[in-house]
Amino acid sequence: MYNQNLDNTIVALSTPPGSGAIGVIRLSGKNSIKVTNRFFLGADIEKSEGYTVHFGKLLNENNDIIDEVIINVFKSPKSYTGEDLVEISCHGSSYIINEILRLFLRNDVQIAQPGEFTMRSFVNGKMDLSQAEAVADLISSKTKISHDIAMKQLKGGFSSEIKKLREQLIDFASLIELELDFSEEDIEFADRTELKELVKIILSLVNNLIDSYKYGNVLKNGVPTVIIGRPNAGKSTLLNTLLNEERAIVSDIEGTTRDTIEEELNIDGIIFRFIDTAGIRESKDKIESLGIEKTMKSIKDSSLVIYIYDAHKVNKEEVEMDINELRISNTPTLIVANKIDISGYSPNIPIDHIKISAKNKDNIQELKTKIYNSTIINKIDMSGIIVTNERHYKLLQESKKSLLNVISGLNTQVPADLIAMDIRQSTISLGEITGTISTDDLLGNIFGKFCIGK
Amino acid sequence: MFPEYDVIVVGAGHAGSEAASSAANMGSKVLLITMNMQNIAQMSCNPAMGGVAKGQIIREIDALGGYSGIITDHTMIQFRMLNLSKGPAMWSPRAQSDRHEFSNLWRKTLELQENIDFWQDMVTGIIVKNGVAKGVYTQLGVQIKSKSVILTNGTFLNGIIHIGEKQFGGGRIQERAAKGLTEQLVELGFEAGRMKTGTPPRIDGRTINYKVLEEQPGDKNPKRFSFTNTPELEKQISCHITYTDTKVHDILKTGFLKSPMFTGRIQGVGPRYCPSIEDKIERFSSKDSHQLFIEPEGRNTYEVYLNGFSSSLPEDVQYKAVRNLKGFENAKMFRPGYAIEYDYFPPTQLTHTLETKRVKNLFFAGQINGTTGYEEAAGQGLIAGINAHLKINKRDSFVLKRDEAYIGVLIDDLINKGTDEPYRMFTSRAEYRILLRQDNADIRLTPLAHALGVKGAEERMIKVNEKLNTEQEIRTYLNQTSVTPAEINKLFESISSSPLTQKVKLNKILLRPHINFNKLRRALPDLDMLLNDYNEDYIEYSEISIKYEGYIKKEKEMANKMNRLEEIKIHPDFDYHKLQSLSYEGREKLIKIKPDTIGQASRISGVSPSDISVLLIFMGR
Repeated sequence: MYNQNLDNTIVALSTPPGSGAIGVIRLSGKNSIKVTNRFFLGADIEKSEGYTVHFGKLLNENNDIIDEVIINVFKSPKSYTGEDLVEISCHGSSYIINEILRLFLRNDVQIAQPGEFTMRSFVNGKMDLSQAEAVADLISSKTKISHDIAMKQLKGGFSSEIKKLREQLIDFASLIELELDFSEEDIEFADRTELKELVKIILSLVNNLIDSYKYGNVLKNGVPTVIIGRPNAGKSTLLNTLLNEERAIVSDIEGTTRDTIEEELNIDGIIFRFIDTAGIRESKDKIESLGIEKTMKSIKDSSLVIYIYDAHKVNKEEVEMDINELRISNTPTLIVANKIDISGYSPNIPIDHIKISAKNKDNIQELKTKIYNSTIINKIDMSGIIVTNERHYKLLQESKKSLLNVISGLNTQVPADLIAMDIRQSTISLGEITGTISTDDLLGNIFGKFCIGK
Repeated sequence: MFPEYDVIVVGAGHAGSEAASSAANMGSKVLLITMNMQNIAQMSCNPAMGGVAKGQIIREIDALGGYSGIITDHTMIQFRMLNLSKGPAMWSPRAQSDRHEFSNLWRKTLELQENIDFWQDMVTGIIVKNGVAKGVYTQLGVQIKSKSVILTNGTFLNGIIHIGEKQFGGGRIQERAAKGLTEQLVELGFEAGRMKTGTPPRIDGRTINYKVLEEQPGDKNPKRFSFTNTPELEKQISCHITYTDTKVHDILKTGFLKSPMFTGRIQGVGPRYCPSIEDKIERFSSKDSHQLFIEPEGRNTYEVYLNGFSSSLPEDVQYKAVRNLKGFENAKMFRPGYAIEYDYFPPTQLTHTLETKRVKNLFFAGQINGTTGYEEAAGQGLIAGINAHLKINKRDSFVLKRDEAYIGVLIDDLINKGTDEPYRMFTSRAEYRILLRQDNADIRLTPLAHALGVKGAEERMIKVNEKLNTEQEIRTYLNQTSVTPAEINKLFESISSSPLTQKVKLNKILLRPHINFNKLRRALPDLDMLLNDYNEDYIEYSEISIKYEGYIKKEKEMANKMNRLEEIKIHPDFDYHKLQSLSYEGREKLIKIKPDTIGQASRISGVSPSDISVLLIFMGR
């Protein structure tokens, strides 16, 4: 996945792509200070100390001034990555940022791969794996809510929950292992009913975590939303209107953007991610009906459907047919009656249809409120642990599967060694979340807590 | 006086005997040196072989061409298959042996090996040239040359025996301790430690009132350890059970002031799971009673072994306490229990072949590596013997993986984790318990022995193939044969299993809990007829393989997943210093152990999961 060669110097834009007051470009690696110095008109930063700030001009190979910049110098090992590191603060125009990136790319600096700064930091001993994972989540958090969750995870809330579960399971396994390995000794055997209760408790905790992913996933990745409608209903206009203030300018250099900015709408901290927007923009007249496979797929992939129709030139039968089909798909749907600037607030429009003019931006706020209220997110208890990581989610599901096997095994009196197998699998799955796998803890538990005679 | 040997084995206990015979079986010229030819393969502790996890090891040794199983079969006086009420991974053969017969037959077996010479003497040092073992020095002042040396010194290295306040040097009661070897090895740079173990008093069986004791007879249909045609056990002798009570505990407590355990005279670490009786009373003070097993020592003696009553209290206290046990009111003691301290070498100094990293062609096996138990010792001896032969013949080493054998788990644990207390095998130490069963040890290991060229493996393979064919034939029959509700529902009713409503294939029926061939045979005459033609052991293996196939597959998948880490090799000269991100402890351990693979690295204690992630990232995964 990563280039093993840590000798490279890497560069990337560290602030979000697009226009802003400033942009920060970061270089890390043994040539980072030298190569920056070559194009920097100001102090000789090769001779400067770490943790210093320098004002000057950044020139290109032809000595044209690209921008006035401020340069922060960090010397190995006292930097985020543990390597020599330079941060260039420039004016936040995408033109300037692209020029600076291009300059370095022409001069033996490689574009950083996603997460490579953090990976280097990890490899150079600046942070451990779990911190790295939390940092990744922090970076990818787009809203305050997802930031809060990532911070909670960084502080260890999630791992301690998992660790607790795992410890309970190991205690449980110990009871089983004890009666297996010491069956010839005069030890008391574990009470099956109590064991079942214990597994049920653990299972319900695992279930809670699994359920929380529904929210966590939405919080982290946004609500996949699709706008559909017949030709000329105004899909494209609505999209533009909704995104008006939100849209970011995407860098035009391939590979230089950290994450391709999707077309996203942030309403009070929740991201709505519009899928298949290319389809909407390109094929104005291509979607003939909802029956088209591609449209159906978009609906399947989304958690919210905005169905829009032209209230002025409405074909009632068509619209009713579409709405009925949507109902079958079972995805939460908002129905938007567009072009009320022409049609007026006709009493023929059903009351639950949201009446807007995408063109004149009429009633857009009401639509946004409806969009926000359509999600489950505002119903979450933010004080609990919320799973946001897909890997964690999958491991939790594996763990759950094994726990269900344990319960059915206890019910059908499956021999204890086979039950132990499922417990062990469940512990392994949980352990993989926090990164611990060992058979030692099992024995430690047995010996620490029980009398074994021989 | 002596030729140059291929392999010198020092010590003739369970490890030494298997080591000598396995090297000899491979074709090496072997010299077996022991301090006392009368005590070859002595059972210093209880007269029993096998048990949970240990019985599986004996069957593995047998499948690989070792002799512990065969000799147990010939000399046992009682056999029990433990844990039959549990799943097949737990079924564990255990036998009471006749102590003298066992030792005698081992000696005879070794003497019948043309490739083995014997010498009674005490080895005081290893001849080491350029970091390679070249032979041994003995107390008689002779130098004997060899291409390799296997040390299996048991409890003899600087052994000290404790009974109450008395203490004296010795490797076993009435036997001298071995001096000099530890000192030389430490001088060579080896790290040594101290461990402790103990035995209970031996009682005169004529003075025990068996009538009031609970009897523990052998199995009605005793099986055997060996996969070869060893004789069936005919006349069995029972064990008996008695219990301590608070009165016995109180008597024992009167000796605590003089107990070497509590006064600090014993510094070696003893096994937590095999504690002395005084330890049990002290540590588990809330327990008013402990179970004791009265194990017969043999057919031709009244001597019995009081299992569970291991003690180093003064002999008069032991005696008084014994006399207060139920059934022991008039008991006489043959000899008191004692504790023994001895040197061991932390096994993290070894490779997977049990060769030391410090001195080439020098191998350690058995208690010298910090293990306890005849079975653990014998398994190591076998592996050391085979590998000594392979090494001097410049052949690839023979290493068993964790999903292949308990012996593999044992050695892998020892060399990677080391051990702070005498290491005993448990089934829970194995991740892949359902793969490592007693019934399939031959299927797992005999092909490997055959590929190595172990003597006798050829004939063993004939049986392995018969067994596999039997399984295939039975499987085919079950897959093709359906049963009707009328045929089977009566059986289902009797065990409250839900009745059939239509015809179902037999292979599905077998999957039901509480259903096995024995029950099915009674209901289905055709199946009974088919099975009548087959060997009973083959049927058992087939039944388990088919009935538990789902579980077996699952564990195989898990093993394969983990084995991927075993395939990522680490160069022996890998410089761990250049990875700043390794934890301090992790780096130290990695440098010391020098793991061959990432998988092995992951099992080293002190190497954390994030250390492994660092290695993986560095290796480009």
